[in-house]
Amino acid sequence: MRKIISIILLIIIAWGISTVLQEIPFGTSRAKLADYYIHNGKEDTGAANIVTSVVVSYRSLDTLGEVTVLFLAAIGLGAVLAALKQKSDKNSEKASLILSTGCRMLFPFILLFGAYIFIHGHLTPGGGFQGGAIIASAFVLRYLGCHEEKRINETGSILSESLGGLTFVIIGLIGLAIGSGYFLNNFLPKGEYNSLISAGIIPIIYIAIGCKVGAELSKIIDLLMEES
Amino acid sequence: MIIIVTLLVIAMLASAISAYIFKDLLSAVIASCMVSLIAAVLFFLLHAPDVAMAEASIGAALVTAVFVIAIRRTKRYEE
Repeated sequence: MRKIISIILLIIIAWGISTVLQEIPFGTSRAKLADYYIHNGKEDTGAANIVTSVVVSYRSLDTLGEVTVLFLAAIGLGAVLAALKQKSDKNSEKASLILSTGCRMLFPFILLFGAYIFIHGHLTPGGGFQGGAIIASAFVLRYLGCHEEKRINETGSILSESLGGLTFVIIGLIGLAIGSGYFLNNFLPKGEYNSLISAGIIPIIYIAIGCKVGAELSKIIDLLMEES
Repeated sequence: MIIIVTLLVIAMLASAISAYIFKDLLSAVIASCMVSLIAAVLFFLLHAPDVAMAEASIGAALVTAVFVIAIRRTKRYEE
């Protein structure tokens, strides 16, 4: 009975979505704002990657909100897990020498790749969130593959997280104080297009976001691993 | 191009259905990881490399890791 009801509900939802989607022409541009970003993003922000120019320049206040949401989620998870602290006595099989050595060798390269992604966020695809997630996945590999007792350096993780958030907000406030006076105003010189040091404050903010997101996500993984 | 996309979508549907069917939860998690991975490839083919990168790193790596940790904490087989 429950299955029949859920199938009927699914059919109704699918019908609703398909009728709505039929009204929208696929592949043709109707959004004027997107056209504006595509044609003026290069002159306005100096970033070669248009997605970055939207995420960190036109809509950087939204990005600040997004970072804050992730921060609150990490804090909430930490509070919940700290409340039910208990060690499970499941003895797991030790990883073989090849697996643990491979994980240990790959770990610094994945970290380097994550840092590359967020430092080059204004030039190539990717950015702070993607780079931070890649850094966290390096810690996942280390924890699942190596079976080490060693955990993340607590002070280092807290330091990089809070410094990242502070840099973001302080740069936004500096932009509010000088220049044309709005929050997260791009006040630094744009520099040469498509070079590493260009696009004003965008690379600085993306490095800050990358450090913050990487520290938060790896801390979440660390807390979960400690529990299991 | 259209053939590749069709094959990828079929593979994605197959892994989504098998994630539902599998009784071994670890296999189900790997199947849902496959869904994310193929979605990342599809995003890349649709010229959205930024989204593809986020999908591959978060959807395929981190979410799978969280599920694996949860399975380690609970039971592996569904009754």
